[in-house]
Amino acid sequence: MNLAFDFIVDKENHSITIKREFAAERSLVWDAYTKAELLDQWWAPKPWKAKTKIMDFREGGYWLYAMVGPRGEEHWGIANYVKIRSHEYYSGFDAFANAEGHINPDMPQAKWEVTFIDKGSLIFIEMHTTYPDLAQLEATIQMGFKEGITMAMKGLDELLTSLEN
Amino acid sequence: MRRDVFQAVADPTRRAIILLIALQAMTPNAIAEHFDTTRQAVSKHLRILTECQLVKQEQSGREIHYQLNRSKIEEIDQWLEQLKKIWESRFNQLDEVLLNLKNKKS
Repeated sequence: MNLAFDFIVDKENHSITIKREFAAERSLVWDAYTKAELLDQWWAPKPWKAKTKIMDFREGGYWLYAMVGPRGEEHWGIANYVKIRSHEYYSGFDAFANAEGHINPDMPQAKWEVTFIDKGSLIFIEMHTTYPDLAQLEATIQMGFKEGITMAMKGLDELLTSLEN
Repeated sequence: MRRDVFQAVADPTRRAIILLIALQAMTPNAIAEHFDTTRQAVSKHLRILTECQLVKQEQSGREIHYQLNRSKIEEIDQWLEQLKKIWESRFNQLDEVLLNLKNKKS
């Protein structure tokens, strides 16, 4: 099935809107976004793995997790939940942290809102992320860039393996 | 203060300057003629754009021309493309997770 995916960058308002359809019922998608054991299975782009330390999904609660790289390197992140409307919407702040959950003030923090919308038999997710300033958007993208390179390298590894066999 | 390309493109006048010199290299005076602001203001924008390496200065005789540094512009788009790829990859993994959940339920 071809599921719609939109990635809209608004450089003027330093925000990114990501839209994606999912072929599943709302409760499953909601669980995948809010339960640690499911988030750990998809949050990190391969070959990175997400590892939850603490998940306390409620208004005022937080998710403390690590992105673990192929060589065991860890980047810790914390998501602080602000507003939750069960199975419909949640918002919060995203920050880089250490393993104890102390936020790194030098790294970007983003405010995000996630909305779950019914679309026939599909679920439509809209994630709106706003950065306090553009430098932070750039820093995030640079972080992403590093992970992206790792992903690309993995693709290369797979290609080389398949060529060898 | 650290300058970066996103800060540079955040300002409408700076975006207009980028579009203007994308066509041809121009002197600061020629650039300023296109705007209602003071020359000082235009100079400040040019300084920020230069610090971010979005524009390059070129000395020809006694005049300085400003021209676009295209490789820096492409860098922005590459970053965004990488971030987009990361989300695509995440969502493909989420598709699998959802499929597994569905299969478990039925």
